[in-house]
Amino acid sequence: MIELKRRAPPEWVYPAYEGETVALFIPCYIDQFYPKIAEATARLLTDQGVPVAFPEEQTCCGQPAFNSGYWDETRKVVHHFCDVFRDYRWIVCPSGSCTAMCRVFFEHVDADPRVVEVGRRVVELSEFLVNVLGVSDVGASFPHSVTLHSGCHGRRELGLVDPPRKLLEKVRGITFCELPNVEECCGFGGTFSVKMPGASLAMGQTKVENIVKTGAEVVVSLDISCLMHVGGILRRNPATRHIRTMHMAELLVADGKMR
Amino acid sequence: MSTDELDLEGAQFLTRETAGLSEPAGSKALGEAAERSSKHNRSVADAIPYWQDWREAANQIKSYAIAHLDTLLAEFERNIAARGATVLYAETAEQANQYVLDIARENHVQTVVKSKSMVTEEMELNHKLEAIGVRPVETDLGEYLVQLAGQRPVHIVTPALHMTAADCGHLFEKKLGEPFTAEHRELTAIARKHLREDFIQAGMGVSGVNFAIADTGSIVIVENEGNAGLSTSAPAVHVAVMGIEKVIPRLADLPLFLNLLARSGTGQKLTTYTHLIHGATPGRKLYVIIIDNGRSNVLKDPAARMALFCIRCGACLNACPVYRRTGGWAYGWVYPGPIGSIITPHLIGIDQAAELPFASSLCGACGEVCPVKIDIPHQLVHLRHRAVNEPSPMNHPTERLTWLLWAWAMRTPLRYRLTMWAVRLGMRVLPWVPWHPGKLGAWTRGRALPEVPPTSFRAWWREHGEELKPKKKGLGTGD
Repeated sequence: MIELKRRAPPEWVYPAYEGETVALFIPCYIDQFYPKIAEATARLLTDQGVPVAFPEEQTCCGQPAFNSGYWDETRKVVHHFCDVFRDYRWIVCPSGSCTAMCRVFFEHVDADPRVVEVGRRVVELSEFLVNVLGVSDVGASFPHSVTLHSGCHGRRELGLVDPPRKLLEKVRGITFCELPNVEECCGFGGTFSVKMPGASLAMGQTKVENIVKTGAEVVVSLDISCLMHVGGILRRNPATRHIRTMHMAELLVADGKMR
Repeated sequence: MSTDELDLEGAQFLTRETAGLSEPAGSKALGEAAERSSKHNRSVADAIPYWQDWREAANQIKSYAIAHLDTLLAEFERNIAARGATVLYAETAEQANQYVLDIARENHVQTVVKSKSMVTEEMELNHKLEAIGVRPVETDLGEYLVQLAGQRPVHIVTPALHMTAADCGHLFEKKLGEPFTAEHRELTAIARKHLREDFIQAGMGVSGVNFAIADTGSIVIVENEGNAGLSTSAPAVHVAVMGIEKVIPRLADLPLFLNLLARSGTGQKLTTYTHLIHGATPGRKLYVIIIDNGRSNVLKDPAARMALFCIRCGACLNACPVYRRTGGWAYGWVYPGPIGSIITPHLIGIDQAAELPFASSLCGACGEVCPVKIDIPHQLVHLRHRAVNEPSPMNHPTERLTWLLWAWAMRTPLRYRLTMWAVRLGMRVLPWVPWHPGKLGAWTRGRALPEVPPTSFRAWWREHGEELKPKKKGLGTGD
């Protein structure tokens, strides 16, 4: 049994899903380096009877430039995003961080209600399954020990504490290991990881130590960007190389197999 | 010894040469103590079911106070002056120092006892006093240790967080000639013995102010050691220095802030002592110096105004994973941690502190714990935006060009695909390249690069997207 913890996260009111086609927003790094996650996302949704579309004009949500302070440049990319997704009532994204960019930070870049409104339609995958569709059992099976890394943007900007836990709770055969200090940042932080590499790596090392403590074979997260950093550190050390990193979507469609 | 690991000048965000923090320089003692404190404080806060309501109320009171500083400060002044206090306004640190030095000279002061005050750190008051031959003695135990060691505070609430008991023992041995001990009780007794002499000798006491209450004209000072009580009452002259943002409207608002401050600062329900000073004791002098020193710059920027709500509890420092690894000195000025990163650029100029808003992974832990709900993570990105658009060391033409190109590439799918083709090619070649420059090297120094898959998702979708048809029916589809 996974213990549910709640600590005054932001709360959202979700409109009812009425069978509309859902647009997939696949963040650029997932599109290019982790296509299996995007594929798994599409499968999870269609398995639930949700028609999906992938608007091929899509590129990026603008987060890297936004976090670097280049808002004029970000705005151009955000406008492109809004043009691409304008006609979709539901936009589902397999990343807490990119979802937070769209839903929370678009309005910092451009307060135009048309921009803000499109951003507000972006929903993170686990959030869509659990909070919108009300589905936590997707029929997954994964007979391995798993620990959950909680990405900060998903956790604190979107309040996504429960959805990933509810999904894992229903996975058959899973051994869930609670990650010590789960709320602490892994140190990725996008451009922070290369602008302040010393601090970023020190934070990543701590995260890795905590992961090792759980004894889990797999670290799962809603954010593969965090895991790109954490996994990069894990793979550098022969003693931790065996620990796998997986996105939640991959785990849910894995049918027991480890990546 | 942990102090050896800390180089006062080393590993600063603000050192141009290191261009960001290359290696963490904080001591292990500091990181562990900050983490322990943060966890404890969170559990104390979690025990209160209406904690979020308290935060919201405090945020609204501060919001009102900051919007009405002109009338509230005047009301405070009128009320406390009616009871014999002299209120002085200083626009800059220099003016405030001048006031203190004048008061010291007028009263033939040779020794000043100081209780903990961040604003006097801002003014560098101790150096100014020493320059005219007045001996300043920090009487808060943490500040006393830091002063003896010739260092600067690493934390706004617990200035000597980086020192272990053994460090303190060695310091007392070296500076005070006391026999070495690492026993807390004995260490406290040593400090007490030495400080008592200073309290008796001192001609003037200098303190900060935690809250200034407008409707009663009172200053509030909270502490745990009793030193502030002695500093403000033993000498014949008491000078209290406060920033303009310290005023709150009513005495009735105080309990809320005391509750929040003690729990967020030290995890206590209430500090050991809470002093309310309503005016000058007959036959003695009380001066209140109200200082701006850049605070009105924050007022001018509506997006940043919330930074003035800060009650200096230090919760965001303890919660910050970056602060825990670097310690306070890396932030280069008086206020470290997330709160420092959002107020220092306003107080000393963004050109002087442009790196600070970037010293964060934007994890949001600071905003989550702030008892007055300052939106610190969003303030950080707002300041990043300013730092790259105003004259500052973070305003690089090359970085701007990179983002311009990026924005150009991300605006059509064709350009996106071409860019990504190049990136994928680069990432396949990189593992064979022995040396990685710049930002790339910063990544690969400690982390493996992700493996590049044969195709992108969009390529896969073009082939297989059609096959993905909804499997189940009936989910709101009307079937």
